[in-house]
Amino acid sequence: MSAATGGPAAGTPAAETLGARDRRPDPVQLRCAVLANEPAGAYRRLVLDAGEAARRALPGQFAALAVGEPPTAMLLRRAVSIHATTPGDRRFDGADTLEIVVAPHGPGTEWVTRRRAGDVLDVVAPLGRPFPAPEVGAPTVLVGGGYGSAPLVWLARDLRDAGHRVDVVLGAASRDKLFGLEEAAAVVGPDLVHVTTDDGSAGLRGRVTDALASLARDGVVVYACGPMAMLRAVHEVATAAGGTSWLAVEESMACGIGVCMTCVLPVRGEDGVTRMTRSCVEGPTFDGDRVRWDAISIGPGGATSAVPADCLGAPVASGKGH
Amino acid sequence: MTTTATGTSGPAGTTGTAVGFDPRTAIGALELRNPVLTASGCAAAGRELGRLYDVAALGAVVTKSILRDARSGRPTPRMAETPSGMLNSIGLQGPGIDAFLAHDLPWLRDHGATAVVSIAGTDAAEFAELAGRLVDEPGVGAVEVNISCPNVANRGLVFACDAGSSAEVVSGVVDVVGGRVPVLAKLSPDVTDIVAIARACLDHGADGLAMVNTTLGMVVDTDTMRPVLAGVTGGLSGPAIRPIAVRCVWQVHAAMRRGDLRTAPGVGIGGILTGLDALQFVLAGASAVQVGTSTFHDPSAPLRVGTELAQALADRGFASVADAVGPAHTVLAREGAR
Ligand SMILES: Cc1cc2nc3c(=O)[nH]c(=O)nc-3n(C[C@H](O)[C@H](O)[C@H](O)COP(=O)(O)OP(=O)(O)OC[C@H]3O[C@@H](n4cnc5c(N)ncnc54)[C@H](O)[C@@H]3O)c2cc1C
Ligand SMILES: Cc1cc2nc3c(=O)[nH]c(=O)nc-3n(C[C@H](O)[C@H](O)[C@H](O)COP(=O)(O)O)c2cc1C
Ligand code: FES
Repeated sequence: MSAATGGPAAGTPAAETLGARDRRPDPVQLRCAVLANEPAGAYRRLVLDAGEAARRALPGQFAALAVGEPPTAMLLRRAVSIHATTPGDRRFDGADTLEIVVAPHGPGTEWVTRRRAGDVLDVVAPLGRPFPAPEVGAPTVLVGGGYGSAPLVWLARDLRDAGHRVDVVLGAASRDKLFGLEEAAAVVGPDLVHVTTDDGSAGLRGRVTDALASLARDGVVVYACGPMAMLRAVHEVATAAGGTSWLAVEESMACGIGVCMTCVLPVRGEDGVTRMTRSCVEGPTFDGDRVRWDAISIGPGGATSAVPADCLGAPVASGKGH
Repeated sequence: MTTTATGTSGPAGTTGTAVGFDPRTAIGALELRNPVLTASGCAAAGRELGRLYDVAALGAVVTKSILRDARSGRPTPRMAETPSGMLNSIGLQGPGIDAFLAHDLPWLRDHGATAVVSIAGTDAAEFAELAGRLVDEPGVGAVEVNISCPNVANRGLVFACDAGSSAEVVSGVVDVVGGRVPVLAKLSPDVTDIVAIARACLDHGADGLAMVNTTLGMVVDTDTMRPVLAGVTGGLSGPAIRPIAVRCVWQVHAAMRRGDLRTAPGVGIGGILTGLDALQFVLAGASAVQVGTSTFHDPSAPLRVGTELAQALADRGFASVADAVGPAHTVLAREGAR
């Protein structure tokens, strides 16, 4: 596995954000002013004045937002990937900004997309494990499905700065659901950005894995964020090519901070033992090889996980009466 | 950075309490620096909240229910948001008592937190065994007995729904504990007569009652036309259940005032999001409260509610929590006498 070894040389800007898998800054809970809310295709991009949260965050981490006017009937926070952070952002009088990209999915995210400059959001961030660094010099491919590309542009910049080749594959159902095309092109160059759409309205007609298949080679490290079906397919392509994959999963989360045990999926640990593992604190980034795909079912309503029979503490099948 | 609304970070409730008000309270022999505890299953074993604020400032950390062995818990989805609440079907996922004693309890102790350890089991013997493992461990302030779990020996019927099963579990725990730490029995609202269950627990030696656990609920997904939860049904929690929980505390406390039930401290639990929510429970008869689901909405809630409750009590002229326990009953008695 690539995580612990190597990494960029100390002292490079990238070394400050990439690298130690276990480097998880403590989160903070903040009331953040919305500085901007602008359209981005089918999504909204919000810039928040996020102080300490912006200064601490690393690529792959997420924020948990309280939603609705208080007192709200929507009690649970909504998780969103951190798209970018800019300490001392000159566009906003030197504020430490944190950006998110939000798809209006249901009532909670719709409420977020309707926030205006000057409104305040209650934010807990940064949360979760950041993406780890690849082996020194390893080629990398970043694969984003829909708004799943939000955390990847930031990662692309760090990887590029650390001297890695970075290809970016962006895929979506249609053109309006692509995110980050220009930003990715600005970081890695237009030639290394590969676009696929299901309907052919932009780039190649097809799936991200069609593009990935021609880029993945031995030793490649693939970073992906998007729906579970896409993550599984990306993992399969990366593995078949002799590479590794780091996947940011999207599980339903009640707390986002590790206290409720709702956000679990079966993952093999370093000791080889499978556990129902909290994606909010052990993830959302996981080594694709460790995920127990055999226990995960992917349906139209999203992914669900069974408890594998060899999982730690799995119920013992008993033929007892009663 | 602009000096807008940012910067009011995290520990919203850390600041001092209302002037002249004594925030201390007690549950039997357990002295608490303030009356607001976390609720079992909503704060893990404190460590995660400890990344956001000092858990020693809480009344106590009530741990996720601990079992003898590691448990994987249920398949996913395990939760569904509901109006002003949520359903959960976790299935008591946890590492088991050995890992708890090795990793979690020492952490709580080292961080100066008061620990109330919640225990659960599939039969009365497991509860007693767990209590025995815990009672002499430094740092265990009290044992909370989660009897809202299925009794394998009684066709999976929840202990807390049957007075006999509740009594069996509680007496087994009380025997082992031998008065060294207070034993709290945590009741389920899903019963016909909560006073009868409370009586079974108190008659068999419980030092206090924690009221209440979640109430059973269900959500059907109208697209897939199936239950949302993998476990089909789940426990409903959050402000949606607050009136039910207040009613339970009130009924049990009323029975104590009537002399139908031995007097013992009550801990109110269910949908507490603000100090005034907590105050309802105190006025109905609780000596302390726990904040559960609201922690997911606002991680600082257990601290913040403590500050807000102290202020609300001070505003009403109470000098301590004990002074404020039960006025909701006095009013009724007066009106009833007219
Ligand atoms: C780590 C992580 C990163 C995410 N990043 C982004 C992002 O950058 N941009 C973005 O638009 N969305 C992102 N999501 C998905 C976003 O959290 C959900 O779309 C949102 O929670 C749905 O809330 P709702 O009220 O709009 O929808 P509803 O369907 O009404 O939500 C009801 C409940 O289900 C939960 N829920 C529903 N769908 C999801 C989902 N896909 N993932 C997690 N919980 C869900 C909600 O939290 C809520 O509790 C991310 C999710 C996770 C876990
Ligand atoms: C996710 C979750 C897990 C819970 N786990 C436990 C548990 O392990 N043991 C227990 O006694 N109660 C458990 N509870 C119940 C709470 O402790 C509390 O009694 C209930 O949720 C009502 O309070 P609330 O509305 O403040 O959450 C759990 C509740 C939730 C939401
Ligand atoms: S969302 Fe609560 S433990 Fe992960």
